[in-house]
Amino acid sequence: MLGTDLQNYRTAPFDARFPNQNQTRNCWSNYVDFHRCQKALDAKGVDTAPCEWYRRVYKSLCPMSWVQKWDDQRDEGTFPGKI
Amino acid sequence: MAHPSQLGFQDAASPIMEELLHFHDHALMIVFLISTLVLYIIVAMVTTKLTNKFILDSQEIEIIWTLLPAIILILIALPSLRILYLMDEINDPHLTIKAMGHQWYWSYEYTDYEDLGFDSYMIPTQDLTPGQFRLLETDHRMVIPVESPIRVLVSAEDVLHSWAVPSLGVKMDAVPGRLNQTAFITSRPGVFYGQCSEICGANHSFMPIVVEAVPLEYFENWSFLMLQDA
Repeated sequence: MLGTDLQNYRTAPFDARFPNQNQTRNCWSNYVDFHRCQKALDAKGVDTAPCEWYRRVYKSLCPMSWVQKWDDQRDEGTFPGKI
Repeated sequence: MAHPSQLGFQDAASPIMEELLHFHDHALMIVFLISTLVLYIIVAMVTTKLTNKFILDSQEIEIIWTLLPAIILILIALPSLRILYLMDEINDPHLTIKAMGHQWYWSYEYTDYEDLGFDSYMIPTQDLTPGQFRLLETDHRMVIPVESPIRVLVSAEDVLHSWAVPSLGVKMDAVPGRLNQTAFITSRPGVFYGQCSEICGANHSFMPIVVEAVPLEYFENWSFLMLQDA
């Protein structure tokens, strides 16, 4: 994938799926994608390094309080997304 | 920052704000020209003894005062749309900062590499040191590297707020549960002030924004020190 070089990561690049002002879904998608990726690769017993991109992007975009809330919800089993 | 009895905009500190300033000058000049013309015509009509009760129609002037306004409107619309599309360009930010509005302070999060977050409270008037600006200074400033494209994601933790810095030409509403993106580049180093721009309770007027643009090495030092303090 173009621009997915983790070594040169500066910040979340432009994502054509979310071209406009409202980036809420961008943060949400990357958070969910990271945890799905992790769960899927863990289940296969494979190294989860490919998931690192999603983690960097959601860390850049998502407010820390949102991440905290979602992490707590996942621990409780009340997270609204499908992982 | 704003000055006492200031009439115009603050000096521009970003390329977009420069464009907005020039467009405003252009549009205001047109407004002055039209207003002067209308005022002249009114004065002329009111102060003349000449009358003509038998005018029925006049093709020529009708054409002129239809075509001229249309041309003027186009002359305003074209630069305006140019700026609109300029602001809509896809940018490639070097840094993402989250500005979270609270009652009644802003908090800034720099999470591209480490988790750096801090609150930014207004300095109360009695605690100001000589030379500081009343109701504008904060204990911690949002420090950014100069001449780098910055993405700011604005949101709120309680009620509506709005993150605005006039000299950068930036204003973005802070809506709880929503992440609003804006971007800018500072053309020069400096300190740029703004104030919360959406009514948010008792201390709405007392939660200012201060952006400090510094060379990259200073920014790196600052973020290192801030991380240590956290």
